[in-house]
Amino acid sequence: MTTLINSRDIDFLKEQARNVRVEILKMLTESGSGHTGGSLSAADIVTALYFYKMRHRPLEPKWKERDRFILSKGHAAPLLYAALALAGYFDKSLLSSLRKIGSPLQGHPSSKLLQGVEVSTGSLGQGLSVANGIALGLRLDRTPARVFCLLGDGEIQEGQVWEAAMTAAHYMLDNLCAIIDINGLQIDGRCSDIMKIEPIAAKWIAFGWHIFEIDGHNMEAIVNALDDAEKIKRKPSVILAKTIKGKGVSFFEDKVEYHGIVPTKEELELALKELGENGK
Amino acid sequence: MGSREQESRVQSPESRVKTQNSEPRTPDFFGQAVATRDAYGATLVELGKKNERIVVLDADLSGSTKTGKFAKIFPERFFNIGISEQDMVGTAGGLSLTGKIPFASTFAIFETGRAWEQIRQTICYSYLNVKLAATHSGITVGEDGASHQAVEDIALMRVVPNMTIIVPSDGFETKQVIEAVVDYEGPVYVRLGRAKVPAVMPADYRFRIGKAYVFNIGNDVNIIAAGIMVSAALEARDILSKEGIDTGVINMSTIKPLDTDTLLAVAEKSKLIVTAEEHSIIGGLGSAVSEFVSENHPVHVKRIGIKDIFGCSGSPKELLKLYGLTAEDIVKTVHEWKGK
Ligand SMILES: Cc1ncc(C[n+]2csc(CCOP(=O)(O)OP(=O)(O)O)c2C)c(N)n1
Ligand SMILES: [Mg+2]
Repeated sequence: MTTLINSRDIDFLKEQARNVRVEILKMLTESGSGHTGGSLSAADIVTALYFYKMRHRPLEPKWKERDRFILSKGHAAPLLYAALALAGYFDKSLLSSLRKIGSPLQGHPSSKLLQGVEVSTGSLGQGLSVANGIALGLRLDRTPARVFCLLGDGEIQEGQVWEAAMTAAHYMLDNLCAIIDINGLQIDGRCSDIMKIEPIAAKWIAFGWHIFEIDGHNMEAIVNALDDAEKIKRKPSVILAKTIKGKGVSFFEDKVEYHGIVPTKEELELALKELGENGK
Repeated sequence: MGSREQESRVQSPESRVKTQNSEPRTPDFFGQAVATRDAYGATLVELGKKNERIVVLDADLSGSTKTGKFAKIFPERFFNIGISEQDMVGTAGGLSLTGKIPFASTFAIFETGRAWEQIRQTICYSYLNVKLAATHSGITVGEDGASHQAVEDIALMRVVPNMTIIVPSDGFETKQVIEAVVDYEGPVYVRLGRAKVPAVMPADYRFRIGKAYVFNIGNDVNIIAAGIMVSAALEARDILSKEGIDTGVINMSTIKPLDTDTLLAVAEKSKLIVTAEEHSIIGGLGSAVSEFVSENHPVHVKRIGIKDIFGCSGSPKELLKLYGLTAEDIVKTVHEWKGK
């Protein structure tokens, strides 16, 4: 299984992001449960990582010098699975087993069951600490690989995130790049109504991070930020990506209720049409 | 912290122990009364010289946990994460993912309590090669009182799948435990203490994960103990044997996985099993033993431990007395059973 990866061709990346969204929607409808909104909001970012920025070998998932991706917002598992399948870590046909008994595609990612998953996540707030540890270990070994960690904006209400934010800055982890999927929503409503997290940028700056503020659906902006983050030395970087929850399917966009609800068969058909999948 | 660093001794009559002098130290701590945290700190340094993969993390207690010794010699392999135990556990997990063998240390209650869910999700569910070596377990923490005395930590760790739990009894055993867990691939919780404890293990003792040490098996009573209670158990055995009650002592230093072969053999010989631990009687060694024997070879079990209450301030010696964790308490328990 060979896939064209590591391309900076924006049109190619946009097409891959579209494919990723199609797979997410299909697998969620098939499974009957799972997290739609937060998988779609980060689809462009994760596509840019797996198909442009990260040095990785889908057929050698434990390759020592690989860049690492930690999905701290583990409920976006369908997004990770779609990216891994399209990159060639496993056959696409496995995606239809999501959340089914015996499947390696657990409701939240399990590193013991699925190649390409670095660590099991699902309990929010823990991924950045793990990313820090990996970054420290890579630095000790003088391995040039980088670590990427995707967090939700609701997730940063967890205290451990800020413990880890301090640690990364203290140890000057410039081989680490965090990305926050700022879709403005969490489960019970808007983050601003549930527990105010703004000013997000000022917080990360105050914690000693270099920040990039981008439109998380503008592929060119994502790719540029990922490139620029690599040039920041003696500081960790965070990409604050403004996104729309449910992005790509008009009737899911910015709807709090589509956090954990999957498309019906009818909705899937409409959604695929919107994504230009009709007739395919 | 004040009073913490004035060492309080928890010691039984000198007669039983080969030497109670802490100076000069033999490199393996055999025959020495030392705190298990001291043996841990010294062993880390020794192993650190031989094994580059060992890294150590602490959460602002490196002076007390004794990881500070490693930090001095190997500063590039030591990470103080500050007062953030959850982050420390996660960072240790990340380090293990790059092939390092991380030891993460703080006080037992903060390690297992504050970071419990991080241990569950990140370390055990992912089966990461992280060694949680916590000090200041039990009430012999002493003067700091209940907030700092972990009497629930074994219970907290026992319920988590994939976790191995080891409670060394003395310095000699601690050194061997630390060596063994370096060679073992997977999550381990090592329960260490603050106070000086008598040497109990014989010179030919060789620790193996999951293997209990049988001092002897009694035909009447067998005391299954762990940690500092092994010493009290040996003392109690001497008293009971003089009274004609044939008593055995087993050091069950690995609480999980439990050495069920040894336990079954002991249960078959026992009229009474007494478990003894410096931990709540709920969820620790006493529970583990009771669960196994009740399902496999029912025999009367009495649990010596902390009776579902919090600790308090005092000297370790006073506290052991107050909470019923002395040799006399074990003897009394056996007498009560006999009287029935
Ligand atoms: C520790 C923890 N608490 C609660 C949950 C339940 N939970 C799952 S997703 C979620 C909301 C996450 O919001 P956000 O981080 O903004 O994610 P996104 O909007 O990208 O889906 C919550 C509360 C959890 N998984 N972990
Ligand atoms: Mg959100």
